[in-house]
Amino acid sequence: MHIMEGFLPVEWAAAWYIVAAPFVIYGAYKTAKLMDGSRTKALLAVSAGFIFVLSALKMPSVTGSTSHPTGTGLAVVLFGPVVTSFLSAVVLLYQSLLLAHGGITTLGANVASMGVIGPFIGYGAYRLVRPRTDLQKSTFVATVVTNWTTYVVTSLQLAVAFPSEAGLSGVVASASKFMGIFAVTQIPIGIVEGALAAAIIGYLLKAKESVRKRVGVPA
Amino acid sequence: MKGRGYAALGIGLLAVLVVGSFVMSSAAWGGADGQAEEGILEVSPDYEPWFNPVWTPPSGEIESLLFSLQAAVGGLAMGYYLGRFRFRSSESDTEAETRSTDASSQT
Repeated sequence: MHIMEGFLPVEWAAAWYIVAAPFVIYGAYKTAKLMDGSRTKALLAVSAGFIFVLSALKMPSVTGSTSHPTGTGLAVVLFGPVVTSFLSAVVLLYQSLLLAHGGITTLGANVASMGVIGPFIGYGAYRLVRPRTDLQKSTFVATVVTNWTTYVVTSLQLAVAFPSEAGLSGVVASASKFMGIFAVTQIPIGIVEGALAAAIIGYLLKAKESVRKRVGVPA
Repeated sequence: MKGRGYAALGIGLLAVLVVGSFVMSSAAWGGADGQAEEGILEVSPDYEPWFNPVWTPPSGEIESLLFSLQAAVGGLAMGYYLGRFRFRSSESDTEAETRSTDASSQT
């Protein structure tokens, strides 16, 4: 999610960079290794493409404002959260440099929410649900959870940096304020993204047996 | 729910949201990012951003171009590789079979 340039105090901006960096670095390494197989390379391209497309689209929502989906759900299910953090970092870097969307100072925080924490929790949801239901439903659940979690995390990142007053109650008050802005807007948008991700997985399943095998592999 | 069902849900819901934006025309339909900025300033009115974007698109049109470019690149990548999956199936599978047969016959 996109906290705008300069809108995170420097100490928080730095802290989030430290949180996100190891995942992005490890993700870059894993992605490079995945480029060897032509089939995984193709799936990687589809997953990255999904992030590119969906995070570029601003969708109107029930709250009277617009927001972006994350597009990370497909990557989470196919490759796990670590690779997803690297792919997200690439997209967020592009948007911060060329679109004044998000920012370089806030890149660490935005990668932490959209690339790391959201995907990890979404992946956890996937692992929980998958033994109990089919791949498409699991993808839907994982994608929606990843999307919503990303925005909840963003709200919390802002809340701890900008508490309405000192102490925990200030953080909580700010958190509910920011969640009202981000999280509620994201409810239908997350469902749209989940449905699209599930549809693509369904297509991939019909197309190839190897995809079935690939998705059996964890992070 | 089958593949087509999910696609219908996704596209259908999106259509509802877009149409809804016409119906709810009184709403501002601004971006949530900008609202976050307002929210921050409400909570900390003295806060000033300490860094500015290195580059800002010179106009809304150019910004649209760059967003569209991002979506287009992603869309092209997805379309190409998804299409490849569909039409290369039998060929690549037989290739892989042949290769593994050769490898095992050498041991």
